[in-house]
Amino acid sequence: MIRKKILLALIATLAAPVPAAFALPADPLKSPMWEYHAERLFGGATVRFDPAVKVEIPEIAENQRVFPVTVDARALPQVKRILIFADLNPIPVAVDYAPRAAAPFLATRIKLDQRTPVRAAVLTADGVWHVSGNWIDAAGGGCSAPPVSRVKGDWADHLGEMHGAAWALGGTQTRLRVTLRHPMDTGLVENIAAYNIERVTVTSSAGTPLADLQVFGAVAEDPAFTFIVDDAKGPLTVAARDSSGLEFDGVVTPRSATLAAR
Amino acid sequence: MNLTRRSLIGAALALPVAARAETFAGAYAPKAEPVAEGVWMVRGADAPILFDNGGMIANSAIIATDAGAVLFDPGVSLEHGKALGALAQAVTGKAVGRVYVSHLHPDHALGAAAFDPAIVHALPATRADLERDGEGFSDAMYRLLSDWMKGTHVVLPLGDVAEGEALFGGRRFRLFAMQGHSAGDLALLDEATGTLLAGDLVFHDRAPSTPHADLVKWRAALDRLTAVQHRLLLPGHGPLDRDGGAIAQTRDWLDWLEAALTQAVSDGLDMTEAGELPIPARFAGLKAARYELQRSVSHLYPGLEARLLPRL
Repeated sequence: MIRKKILLALIATLAAPVPAAFALPADPLKSPMWEYHAERLFGGATVRFDPAVKVEIPEIAENQRVFPVTVDARALPQVKRILIFADLNPIPVAVDYAPRAAAPFLATRIKLDQRTPVRAAVLTADGVWHVSGNWIDAAGGGCSAPPVSRVKGDWADHLGEMHGAAWALGGTQTRLRVTLRHPMDTGLVENIAAYNIERVTVTSSAGTPLADLQVFGAVAEDPAFTFIVDDAKGPLTVAARDSSGLEFDGVVTPRSATLAAR
Repeated sequence: MNLTRRSLIGAALALPVAARAETFAGAYAPKAEPVAEGVWMVRGADAPILFDNGGMIANSAIIATDAGAVLFDPGVSLEHGKALGALAQAVTGKAVGRVYVSHLHPDHALGAAAFDPAIVHALPATRADLERDGEGFSDAMYRLLSDWMKGTHVVLPLGDVAEGEALFGGRRFRLFAMQGHSAGDLALLDEATGTLLAGDLVFHDRAPSTPHADLVKWRAALDRLTAVQHRLLLPGHGPLDRDGGAIAQTRDWLDWLEAALTQAVSDGLDMTEAGELPIPARFAGLKAARYELQRSVSHLYPGLEARLLPRL
């Protein structure tokens, strides 16, 4: 009898919802991985699906190795962090961005390993995570096929080559685009260990940190980033470090242009 | 949280019904429309490759000859190729004796599975392309079209064609070996009727697609096609062209596309933003325009950036 009671109590415990899961809003995308990721990424924090976070993606994943994602959370005040993640990727989180003195805006390109939700989660100073995103259909293998530069064999010849430009947006902001040559190996390809850019920072000429981006293996080969930083004149220093500790940097002086203003 | 079996089962039950429903293909029912003496056009849907259209998006042509029907572009799958073969037999009274594959893309090429490889002819460049990419295309088509693709395997064309005159079953053709839409683009002029089968070098009222495009070579190919005297033009996608507008329209789109993307890189736009660029009103009649613009951004943008963004 006692054994039965213990068993029942045990079953009741197992069946009880985890408190954090209970507080999570229902996922409008009905992703099978929503609760798993939400609990891991947001802990017990308040989570809200919020159209103020704009996740801009194409209607077709033409290339599952290079899928562009733009996150624009400029409608939200006091943004502390921006995550971009794809629920069904083997490396779900692609970037974790802290716009130190920058607009809550980020564009990059990620890999897709299959049909998946692609989302942005934006943390505001009040501790609330604002989440938005959509499903995208994709052919398999974005994370598990070797990068083009590995197949060509020239990845080491161009490692860390940085290209970029910056456009003064008028007022106090500058739009910065930077691309880097890097294989961004996921570690999911046979006999190729994980090897990726880990961090990208943007610093003003006075040494003020403007943008601080953690980068994971789900970012596409030869990564590209767009930032909008609070700096009118430049020059801006872009520094990147990869998982072998190699460091790459470059300096960009903004050109005056208003066409990029959006 | 650990990923428990319970949470996975719960998650699976939460999936929308459509995600779990099995879907089955229908039957291909291509229609032949007579466009000239002994020449029929088979229209594809002016849409992306979708399960709903079975991938039947490319145009094909059927030409009657004494040695059997000529089928120009055999469709996307075994069943599609068979349906086109039956259609050719029905309208010409003879079985297909010659198949031409205009270029490597799966909506034009994989239906060759329905025919004896010995009667399937293509440019050597197209065979090389299919040797390299055919299996990948097949995988991609099985993913998108599933049941429609049943039994389809990659058939490499065994017959080589080259630039110049070709005589088949008493009918005289002029073949053009070109490139630009891909590394090998075959066009065919039926001398008797002045009908020009342009393959995907020419799109008509449907936005051009660029996955293997070389825009400089493509424009040169359009120059050559303009110089070929013809009465009718069958584009690879879109309606029959009777007034020569399709070549100019294709060129206009390619010119706009390249200029717009170049400007977008110079203006600091990223790929998603370039994919949302306004499409000029003169292209309002082109089907799948936004879709093809976004595909082209994927094909062309990284290269343009590598060229145009200064080295830091």
